[in-house]
Amino acid sequence: MSTADFLVQGIIKAFELIFSLNPYIMSITGVSIQVSGMATALATLTAIPLAFVISFMKFWGKQALITLINTGLGLPPVFVGLFVFLMIVPVGPLGFLNIVYTKEAMILAQYILITPIITGISLAAIKAVPKLIIETVYTLGGTEKDAAVATLKEARFGIITAVLAGLGRALAEVGAILIVGGNIARTGSVGRIGEGLSETRTLTTAITSETSKGDISTSIALGIILICLVLSVNVLANYFQRRD
Amino acid sequence: MEELYRIENLGKSFGNKKVLQNINLKIFKGEIFTFMGPSGVGKTTLLRLLNLLEMPTTGTLIFDGNDNAILQKNNVMRRMSMLFQRPAIFNTSVFNNVAYGLEIRKVDKKTIEKKVIDALAIVGLAGCEKQKALTLSGGEAQRMAFARAIVFKPDVLLLDEPTANLDPANVAKIEDIIRKIRNELGTTIILASHNIHQVRRLADRVGILLNGELIEVNTKEQIFTHPFDARSYAFINGEIIY
Repeated sequence: MSTADFLVQGIIKAFELIFSLNPYIMSITGVSIQVSGMATALATLTAIPLAFVISFMKFWGKQALITLINTGLGLPPVFVGLFVFLMIVPVGPLGFLNIVYTKEAMILAQYILITPIITGISLAAIKAVPKLIIETVYTLGGTEKDAAVATLKEARFGIITAVLAGLGRALAEVGAILIVGGNIARTGSVGRIGEGLSETRTLTTAITSETSKGDISTSIALGIILICLVLSVNVLANYFQRRD
Repeated sequence: MEELYRIENLGKSFGNKKVLQNINLKIFKGEIFTFMGPSGVGKTTLLRLLNLLEMPTTGTLIFDGNDNAILQKNNVMRRMSMLFQRPAIFNTSVFNNVAYGLEIRKVDKKTIEKKVIDALAIVGLAGCEKQKALTLSGGEAQRMAFARAIVFKPDVLLLDEPTANLDPANVAKIEDIIRKIRNELGTTIILASHNIHQVRRLADRVGILLNGELIEVNTKEQIFTHPFDARSYAFINGEIIY
C-alpha cells in the first residue's frame, strides 16, 4: 500500500467514524468540550472582574499582578500540568480533594493556563475604551459603577474575543491535561478501531495515544473534529474582532 | 440675578505646574457665560473644575448656594452636563446614546422615550433614533451629544469648544441649538472658546483668561468695545498670539 493510499483510506475511515457517531469518538469530543468549556467558564468568571479591578482600582502590588498575568500568557502547559499534579497528589497540599486523573484536575490545569490569557486580552480591550467615554459617563451624572458598566459595554466585543481565545487555547491544549488527567478511556480501545469510552481522554490527548498505537484513522477523525472546533471558535473570534 | 456659581481664589496645579490661579468669579442662572482666551491658557481645566471632573488645588467653589459642592460631588454633578470638543459616542443607537442620562437616573421607559424624541427634535435629529450613532457625521454626532447632554434638563451646560472641528454650516446649527437651550429650557450655559466671533455672537458675559489667570470679566458689549485690561484689548485685536 502506497503512502497516498494509506492516507486516503485513513481519511475515508475517519469520516465513517465521525458520521456513524462512533461512541468512542463522541465521548472523547464530549470530554474535550466539557473540560475546556468548564475551564473557560470558570476562568471568565475570574478574569473579567480581575481585569476590571486592575483597570479601575488603585492598590498595592498592581504592577506585580500585571507582570504575573503577562508571565502567565506564556506559561508552558507541561509545567502547569506538573505543578497541578504535585498539588493534587495524595501527599500534596490539595491531596484531600482526591482529584488525580479526573476531569476536575484537567479543568483546574486549564483554568490556570487560560485565566491569564482571558485577563490579559480583556485588559487590553478595556484599556482601548477611550478615556473620554468614561468622562462622558461622569459628565452625564454617572457613578463609578455606571462608568464600569459603560466600559464593559464598549469593550464587549474585545472581551468576547478574549473568552474565545481562552476557549481555543483550552481545546488545543495537551501537555497539562495529559499529566493531570492521565488520558484514561474506560474500556480501552486496544485492538479494535474506535472502541471504548473516554473518561479523561480528550481530542488532543487521544490523538497522541491513537497515533502511537498506529490507529491512524481514529487519529485523523479526532484531528478533523478538533480542527473544526478550533476553527469555529476562531471564526467566531474573528467575527467579534471585526465588529469591535 | 441669582447666582449659580461663586468661585473664590480657585487654583489648580498639576505637579509643580500652576495651570490656574486666583480665579474669582460669579456666574448667574440663565446666562451664557464665555471663557475666552488663546489655546493652552486653562479654559478646559476651568470647565473641568466647574463640572467637578477635577478637584481644585486651592480655593472654594460654591454651587447654587451649596458650599459643600465638592464634598457632595455625585449629587451636584447630576445637575450638570458637559460637552467636549469631540463627542464620545457610545457604540449603540442614537436613541440609546441620548437616553443614557435618563437611564442612569432610573426614569421610566415611557418618559425616556418621550424625552429622547423631544431632545432629538431640539437638535434637528428627529427620526434618527434607530441609526447607529457611530455612523453619524461630525456635526450630527455633536448635535446628538447636545441632545444627550440636555435630555435630563441640567441646570448648567458646560461646553468646551463645541464647534472647534465643524464646518460653518454646522457651527451655525450648533449656535442656534445653544441659544434654543438657553431660551427654551432656561439652562445656564458656560462656554470655553478661542473664537472671538463666536463669543461675540453668543455670550452675555465674557471672562478673558490669560496664562491661567482671569484678567477681566465683563459684559460682551463692554469687553468688545472698551475692555479695562490692555491685555484683553490686545487679545481681541489679535495682538496676542500663542
